[in-house]
Amino acid sequence: MTPQRKSLAKRLVGTNTLWIALVLLLLIAVFGALRPDAVLTVFTLQTTLVETSVLLVLAVGMTFVIITSGIDLSVGSVLVFSGVTSAMTMNSLNGGDATNAGWGVVVVGLLVALASGAAWGLLNGLLIAKAKIPPLIVTLGSFGAALGAGQLISNGSNVSGVPNVLSNNLGTGTTFGVPNLVILAAVVTALGALLLGTTRFGRHTYAIGSNEEAARRVGIGVTRHLMAVYLLAGVLAGLAGFMAMAYFRVASVTGHDTDNLNAIAGVVLGGTSLFGGAGSIVGTIFGVFIPAVLRKGFVIVGVNVYWQPIAVAIVLVAAVWFDQSRRKARDRS
Amino acid sequence: MSEPILELRGINKSFGPVHVLHDIDFTVRAGEVTALVGDNGAGKSTMVKSIAGIHPIDSGEVLFEGQPVTIHSPREAADYGIEVVYQDLALCENLDIVQNMFLGRERGKYGLLDEADMEQAARKTLASLSVRTVKSVRTSVASLSGGQRQTVAIAKSVLWDSKVVLLDEPTAALGVAQTRQVLDLVRRLAEQGLGVVLISHNMNDVFEVSDRIACLYLGRMAAQLPTKDVTHGQVVELITAGRSGDLGIARPETATI
Ligand SMILES: Nc1ncnc2c1ncn2[C@@H]1O[C@H](COP(=O)(O)OP(=O)(O)O)[C@@H](O)[C@H]1O
Ligand SMILES: [Mg+2]
Repeated sequence: MTPQRKSLAKRLVGTNTLWIALVLLLLIAVFGALRPDAVLTVFTLQTTLVETSVLLVLAVGMTFVIITSGIDLSVGSVLVFSGVTSAMTMNSLNGGDATNAGWGVVVVGLLVALASGAAWGLLNGLLIAKAKIPPLIVTLGSFGAALGAGQLISNGSNVSGVPNVLSNNLGTGTTFGVPNLVILAAVVTALGALLLGTTRFGRHTYAIGSNEEAARRVGIGVTRHLMAVYLLAGVLAGLAGFMAMAYFRVASVTGHDTDNLNAIAGVVLGGTSLFGGAGSIVGTIFGVFIPAVLRKGFVIVGVNVYWQPIAVAIVLVAAVWFDQSRRKARDRS
Repeated sequence: MSEPILELRGINKSFGPVHVLHDIDFTVRAGEVTALVGDNGAGKSTMVKSIAGIHPIDSGEVLFEGQPVTIHSPREAADYGIEVVYQDLALCENLDIVQNMFLGRERGKYGLLDEADMEQAARKTLASLSVRTVKSVRTSVASLSGGQRQTVAIAKSVLWDSKVVLLDEPTAALGVAQTRQVLDLVRRLAEQGLGVVLISHNMNDVFEVSDRIACLYLGRMAAQLPTKDVTHGQVVELITAGRSGDLGIARPETATI
């Protein structure tokens, strides 16, 4: 046996991430060659990053869920619910309009958003891990229920009155030219990558997705672990709701119907297997940026933007097909 | 003759109305290979899973190193040093050899994994078992052959200070050469002082590596004898009829499931 250390980089990146990174680079290169003046600018870069930050945070949680061979369709609705509860709490703490509220109110708002996300995540986790209802059904339910609950609380309309200190700093502020929203998303992503790649928690996440019975037999608390994973996805959806509210200066109850699908698409594009047991956060980063770059690129180059979902669909189906044939090849050997 | 390390006394186990194990007495000795034989459905796997704490037993006593113990989970069994290599292996295909060997018992502080330490220990264990068939301990289990997987599963069970290893049909799916390797490995485990239980249908293998043979017949322990005191024919009779001459169950025809 030859010594063959698996480097940290390799453990973080995973196996089939390289080619998706190449696809992303290729896209940037093609758009850049077509319109170098517009594509390769700081402004384009910044807006693409900002617009993708919220989705990236959702996708980090989704990566954990999908690696356990689960799915979470509720993230977009939980995002809406958390934004609404957070904004309304901040408003009520500040006499009905939190626009001029201070940091104290903002912190309470953050905690409410995280707790709202945690509550839905815990509910998902309980029903999936304890009651053993399939994740697809459970989160299809909470997808509808969380959105409905958010709209009930807000009377079906967007909640305004988001504190200026929040929007000006987290929402649109920058640090050394980097948007604060992007920094937050990057920190969350980095922590997620470390959690998945270098900790016992991450290892058990892979093990459960790979062979749940084997994980159980070696004494891993599968039920508890699955609950923790859905809880994590819920908390991150709550954080994403808070981030979206800060950016748009309103807790919106519309426009998040396909967040779940966008997050899933990003994760799967990034090489995480829907069969569970394989995937990486680094892959998810690439996967999330491919649709974003396509959209931006089409706008700049002047391609009808309705081509974007079609192009994403083609790449997505190709990615899954690739994953499947790789598996078949492996099973045959 | 060495001391019993694990003893079952009067174990009963039912799945609902199906009474699978009847008053089982069974002894495992340190440094010996005890072969557990019996027809399909005799209850061998159930017995192993009952010892491992996967199935709770209905009645009877389990003694470990002379002390009565109650084992509720595979984790508790492992804490006593009892390891099981299951018939269906139960490895995580997506994970590599090191990750599988340490699964559930990863090394490292504060939840962080110490990969280098685990890799070294895995390599050492494989070397101590003279396993030379795997090229790299970072190969994913998905790309291993049946024999290599079995080797990993066995090595995993001795990575810990295990005292008893239960192997449920480890050679059933293997070719001749691979079976050879696994049997050598089984023998080596006993030489290292472990109590080894080997479930197998292959009489040649059983006679080659075992010190004792225990025969299950329809969930009853028909006989448990030193291997040198019985013949192939007698063991086959015990397996198929529960009785051979004056060995076995007094009136096997009354035995029911
Ligand atoms: N989990 C279970 N639930 C119900 N019946 C079971 C279960 N496991 C095993 N059995 C039954 O117990 C009997 C013994 O099975 P098993 O221990 O697997 O036999 P062996 O390993 O000797 O072939 C069989 O009749 C089988 O159907
Ligand atoms: Mg069996």
